[in-house]
Amino acid sequence: MKMKPLSRSFRRDLVTYGMVVVMFLAIQLLSGMGMLTNSLSGQLVPICAYIIMAISLNLTVGILGELSLGHAGFMSVGGFVGAFVSVCVGDAVPGWLCFALALLAGTAAAALFGFLIGIPVLRLQGDYLAIVTLAFGEIIKNLLNSFYVGRDASGFHVSLKDALSLNLDETGDVIINGAQGITGMPRSATFGLGFVLILITLFIVLNLINSRTGRAIMSIRDNRIAAESVGVNVTRYKLIAFTISAALAGLAGALYAHNFSSLVAKKFDYNTSILILVFVVVGGMGNIRGSIIAAALLTILPELLRGFSDYRMLVYAVVLIVMMLFNQSPQLVAWRRRLAARLPLPRKKAAAGEKEV
Amino acid sequence: MALLEITNLGIAFGGLQAVEKFALSIEKGHLYGLIGPNGAGKTTVFNMLTGVYQPTEGDIVLDGRSIVGLKPAVINKAGIARTFQNIRLFKDMTVLDNVKVGLHNQVKYTTATGILRLPSYFVKERAMNEKAMELLKIFDLDGEAGQPASSLPYGKQRKLEIARALATNPKLLLLDEPAAGMNPNETAELMETVRFVRDKFGIAVLLIEHDMSFVMGLCEHITVLDYGRIIAEGDPETVRSDPKVIAAYLGGEA
Repeated sequence: MKMKPLSRSFRRDLVTYGMVVVMFLAIQLLSGMGMLTNSLSGQLVPICAYIIMAISLNLTVGILGELSLGHAGFMSVGGFVGAFVSVCVGDAVPGWLCFALALLAGTAAAALFGFLIGIPVLRLQGDYLAIVTLAFGEIIKNLLNSFYVGRDASGFHVSLKDALSLNLDETGDVIINGAQGITGMPRSATFGLGFVLILITLFIVLNLINSRTGRAIMSIRDNRIAAESVGVNVTRYKLIAFTISAALAGLAGALYAHNFSSLVAKKFDYNTSILILVFVVVGGMGNIRGSIIAAALLTILPELLRGFSDYRMLVYAVVLIVMMLFNQSPQLVAWRRRLAARLPLPRKKAAAGEKEV
Repeated sequence: MALLEITNLGIAFGGLQAVEKFALSIEKGHLYGLIGPNGAGKTTVFNMLTGVYQPTEGDIVLDGRSIVGLKPAVINKAGIARTFQNIRLFKDMTVLDNVKVGLHNQVKYTTATGILRLPSYFVKERAMNEKAMELLKIFDLDGEAGQPASSLPYGKQRKLEIARALATNPKLLLLDEPAAGMNPNETAELMETVRFVRDKFGIAVLLIEHDMSFVMGLCEHITVLDYGRIIAEGDPETVRSDPKVIAAYLGGEA
C-alpha cells in the first residue's frame, strides 16, 4: 500500500519508454523493408531532435508552468556550439569522440545560456515572461546571424561585423560565417543515435518529475504562494527547471546540426519556437508521452501528405483540431476513461487521469 | 522566553493603516485564537507573520531571532507553517505528493540523486512516503493518498492543508479559518484533531475562526481585532463578556 504511488509512476514511465522503443523498431522495420520514402528517411534525425525539443519544452511549459516562446534559441546555441566543436576537433579525434564532445559542448553551452537568461527572465510571470523569452530567442538568432569566427596559425578570431574584419592570415579559414552559418560538420547523426538521445532525455525528465526537485517545481506551477509557505525556494527551482530544459534543447540542437553539412541561424526563428510549443500544447501540457506522439506525428504528417499537395495544410489543421479535442474535450476524456476502465490494466486509468491536466 | 513575541506590529497600505500596535506573546504548546469581524486585519497579521507582507513597524521575534524581512520560505524553515483562508493546495498533484512537498526541507537529497536514481533516492523516498502516510492517517486521508488533491471534498482539502503544513515540522502552526465550510460534526472532529496535533507534536497553534463555539471551546487565549486594533484579549470567558467585543460583532456603541 505504501509503495503503491511510487510503483504506479514507475509503471507509467515504463509505458512511455516502451512506446518510444516500439516506435523506433517499427520505423527500423519499415526502413529495412524499403517502405520509407527518401524525404521521410531524411526527416528521421530531425524528428528525434524535435521530440527532444518537445520533451524539454514541456518541462518549462507543462511542469514548471511558465510559457516560453524562445526555445529554438537554446536549440541554435546547442547546434552552433556543437557544430563548432566538431569542425574544430574533427580532424584530431575519432568520429564517435568528436560527436560525443559536440553533444556535450552543445548541451553545456545551452545550459549556461539558459541559466544566464533565466536569472532575469524568471523574475517575471505569465505573459511578461513569455514575451521576454520570445525576445531572447530573437536576440540569440540575430547575434548568431552576424557572428564570425575564424581560425589561423595565431589562433581564433571573432568578429561581429564581417568575415574580412577577422584579419585572418593566408592559412586561416572562416568557421562560422555570419548569416551563411557554419559548414563542414561531419554528418554523424543517425536515427539510432537520435533514439538513444531520446531515451536519455526521457530518463532525465521522467526521473526529475518523480523526485524531490520535480515535486518542488510542480508545486510552484500549482500554487506559488503555497509552495513558498512550505519552504520551497521558488527562484532556485524555477532556475533548475529552466536550465535543464535549455540544456536538453541544446542537446537536440547539436543532434540536429550533425544531420546536415551546414547550419544557419535563420532556421531557429520564432516559427520553430512556436512549432515546438504546438507539439507541447497539442500533446497535452505536462504530458510527456503526448509531447512525443505530437512531435513525431506532426513532423511526419506534412511528409505523408505530400500527395494532397494544395490540401496539405488543410488536413494538417484538421489533425491539430482533432488531437486537441481528443486530449482536452471533457466528453472524450470521459469516453477514454470508460474505455480504459474496461481494460484489465490499472495503469491505463492513471494515464487517462494524467492527460486531464 | 516565549516562542513567538510580537510587539507593536503594524502595516499601512498607502494611507490605509490596516493593522496597528498588534502585540501577542505565544508560548510553546498552547492554543491561541484570533477573532474579529470581517476586514479587521486577521489574515493581514498572518501574512506579516509568514513574510507575505512586510510590516511597516514593529517586530516579530521567533525563538530569540527577528524574522521581519525574511522571505516566506525562510520563515517556514525557521518554524512557522500556515494554511490559507482560500485553500491553496497543489491541485494537480496527488494528496500524497502534496504532503511530500511539505517534507521538502525535512528529507533532502540533491537533484542529481533524483535524476540518476542513486541508492539514497530510494531510501529517502521511502522515508518520505512513510512520514507522509503517517500524517495523512492523522487526518484520515490515507485512503485518498493516490488521488489528485483537487478531487477531495472541501472539508478534506482543508485537512490536507493542515497535514501539508505539519509536514514542514513547524514550532508554530497558523490556521486561517480551518473550520470554514465544515458541518458541526466535522468541526467537532477538527477540534479533537487540533488538540491531538498540539499534544503529539508539542507545537503552538494560532488560529483565525468565525465559528465561535470552535474558538471558545478550543483556544486558551483569544485576541480580538477590530479595524486593525486589538480591542480585547484574554481567556474565552473574559473575551465573551467584554462589551467592546459584543459591540464589534453586533454593532452599536461600546
